[in-house]
Amino acid sequence: MTATQYGKQLADCEYQAKAAQLTPLRKLVRDCLEKEDYDRDFIQRMVLAVNEASMNIIQHAYTNQDTGIFKVEIYTDDKELTFRLTDFAPAVDKKSIKSRDLDDIRPGGLGVHFINELMDRVEYLETPEKITVISYK
Amino acid sequence: MEYKTTNEDNCIIITLTGEIDLQTSPIAREQILQTLKNKQHVLIEMADVEYIDSSGIASLVEGFQDAKNRKLHFGLVNISTATQQVLALARLDTIFPIFDSVSDGLAKIKKDATM
Repeated sequence: MTATQYGKQLADCEYQAKAAQLTPLRKLVRDCLEKEDYDRDFIQRMVLAVNEASMNIIQHAYTNQDTGIFKVEIYTDDKELTFRLTDFAPAVDKKSIKSRDLDDIRPGGLGVHFINELMDRVEYLETPEKITVISYK
Repeated sequence: MEYKTTNEDNCIIITLTGEIDLQTSPIAREQILQTLKNKQHVLIEMADVEYIDSSGIASLVEGFQDAKNRKLHFGLVNISTATQQVLALARLDTIFPIFDSVSDGLAKIKKDATM
């Protein structure tokens, strides 16, 4: 889908791929969704999902180098709330993007699981920039 | 995120407040692991944790496992709703010892010490 097919755009912001940028990013998501009158619990879940997807970009796409940028777009229509995250890092093997066995209790590896649990649709596109699309219906 | 530590009966209570994320979770992790390295039990007070992500959870898991290896206690106290929801999402809400109060946590530590 092209971006315009996701509905009304609520935000289009660019961030440096650094951990410190996650605070203003979470604020952006909260502010946008509060304006659309979503309830607090729902907003909390969406903030977590977008934060985890952004963490994946910072930690894995840009390998924690504190370089690079990524874009976050937020869209809504009657049916779906969509977040598009675009990064410009080298392509990754999509097969490597998977959640792990939660019975194996260890630190790390929970981000993809969180995203899959919180969102109805998760897509990883290469167009050639890399786009993560997560949405909730 | 902010933190403070208090010492009660050879147990360090680490009170975390605010948002525990990729930027701040290393600070929490360092406090937890250093306390355990000093051979002290750890209780993490989390009533005022407004947000925690997978990196914050990872710090707690690492602390839990390190405590287990060192035969020390590690527990969470008075966890916020935000923390509870993320622990449940990670299916860790039945793994960590979770107490309603610091005194409950200390009582458990004391009880186990006498067994």
